[in-house]
Amino acid sequence: MAHKHVLLIEDEPNIAEAIRFILSRDGWEVTHFAEGQGAMAALRAARPDVLVLDLMLPGRSGLEILAELRAEPAFAQLPVLMLTARGQGRDREAAERAGATAFLAKPFANSDLVACLRGLRGDKG
Amino acid sequence: MARSPLTGTRIRERRLAQGMRQADLARSVGVSPAYLNLIEHNRRRIGDDLIAQIAAVLAIEPVALSEGAEGALFEGLREAAAGHAGVAAALAPEVERIEELVSRFPGWAALLAAQQARVAALERTVEGYSERMAQDPFLAATLHEVLSAITSLRSTAAILVETGEMDPEWRSRFHRTIHEESLRLSDTAEALVAYLDTLEEAESGLSSPLEQVEGWLARCDFHLAALEGARAPSPEVMVSGVPELASGAARTLALAHIARARADALALPLEPLRHALEEDGLDPARLAARFGAPLARVFRRLAALPPGSGVPAVGLVVCDGSGSFTYRRPMPGFALPRFGAGCPLWPLYEALSRPMQPIRAVLDLAGRVPQRFLTYAICQPSQPGGFDAPQVMEALMLILPAPHDAGPQSRAVGVSCRICPRIACPARREPSILA
Repeated sequence: MAHKHVLLIEDEPNIAEAIRFILSRDGWEVTHFAEGQGAMAALRAARPDVLVLDLMLPGRSGLEILAELRAEPAFAQLPVLMLTARGQGRDREAAERAGATAFLAKPFANSDLVACLRGLRGDKG
Repeated sequence: MARSPLTGTRIRERRLAQGMRQADLARSVGVSPAYLNLIEHNRRRIGDDLIAQIAAVLAIEPVALSEGAEGALFEGLREAAAGHAGVAAALAPEVERIEELVSRFPGWAALLAAQQARVAALERTVEGYSERMAQDPFLAATLHEVLSAITSLRSTAAILVETGEMDPEWRSRFHRTIHEESLRLSDTAEALVAYLDTLEEAESGLSSPLEQVEGWLARCDFHLAALEGARAPSPEVMVSGVPELASGAARTLALAHIARARADALALPLEPLRHALEEDGLDPARLAARFGAPLARVFRRLAALPPGSGVPAVGLVVCDGSGSFTYRRPMPGFALPRFGAGCPLWPLYEALSRPMQPIRAVLDLAGRVPQRFLTYAICQPSQPGGFDAPQVMEALMLILPAPHDAGPQSRAVGVSCRICPRIACPARREPSILA
């Protein structure tokens, strides 16, 4: 099976643990960060296939991280799945403008998360 | 112009029914008693503006004065028809046959108009609640907690149900997660219910008098342009007919605010103040020295300038000696709690313990997106005191965006202990729902 690497930025530890378990069973290597600062360095070093980014983060917000990401040519095309809260219409619009590839509203079905990531990577199965 | 020759008669009847003297009504709307007397005896026509002012003072719809009770019914039916403006032509109300409807079916017409009035009132109520829900920092933080707990519970429970073979250690961890998040959800829901219960205790069923005044001022961008001129309208005229000032208490507060704002505008006129801001910048102490005004007046004036005055976004919080808020102009990014007190580390409260001593502090405001602000605070007597009564003090805190060169010295604060993530803060007075 081709190597699949996802970088996850999510500050809620229990949500992050569940996502790591789900994606690991689907064959993904998951690198997790609870905030954006360390994640940017890891992004540059590891070049994941997909980034899963929570919108609401302490310190730097998901929007700020996304904007910084898209400003770097190397990450202009990186698929980014944004995790949002239902009702955050304005934030979703801002994330779209900042370059998010897809959105998944919390709470989500585990199967939807897996399907989203497969779709972003272009997997047929 | 008055549509009915009996407008004056209706005004007189309504005034007498309320036990109001002619001179009092005349003063309230800015006309002489002699002129009002001519109006009431239908010897003078009056314009729609004066009808509206008189109607506001007499607490009656203007159309009831200009057209009588029947006119009010027609107005209600027209409003009901306007609410269906987008329907297909075949289903559109026959507006041109309103009079026929009223004459043939007066009961149904009255019912339709009354239902329309109720719908409009309910829509205003819903809009008010929606506005509060959207802007309330406690609600936003609480709902985020609820959503995070539910997301974790859903994913974890699905893993346990849908995964076949699982390492016992993982299964044990997920069971623990469900237990933890259930407790978190329970505590947060309890706090949310308690908070929503307090919404039912407000005087008008929608908001407190202070919030009604704040709603009115927010609609005016916190600037009352009518007070800038050499002659200002009477405060009673300014508050009459204002939809946000739904209660007598709110109107009383608004009148006091207008009186103070007028005094501030006379002491620090707009154009000289703008000129001073260009020369001295946004330095309250220099402005106070330049105009010979107390700092509190400078704070209030800066927070009441019209948009486009060259001043960045400004917030202002005022509290009395008990720490209760008496005025709130929010600053983007610096949420002000709706109920209870703010963070005890705010310079606002520090000023209460150091009367007459100006305080300047850069604040690092905790939150999901921490922000930095420059604040000025002062505590001064709110009215002249005497030797035989306690001094009545108030504290003010002006909130500005922190300049880029604000320096490294700053104070870590929150919005309110209830939603502050600084768990180890020595000033914490109650547990945070974010614990």
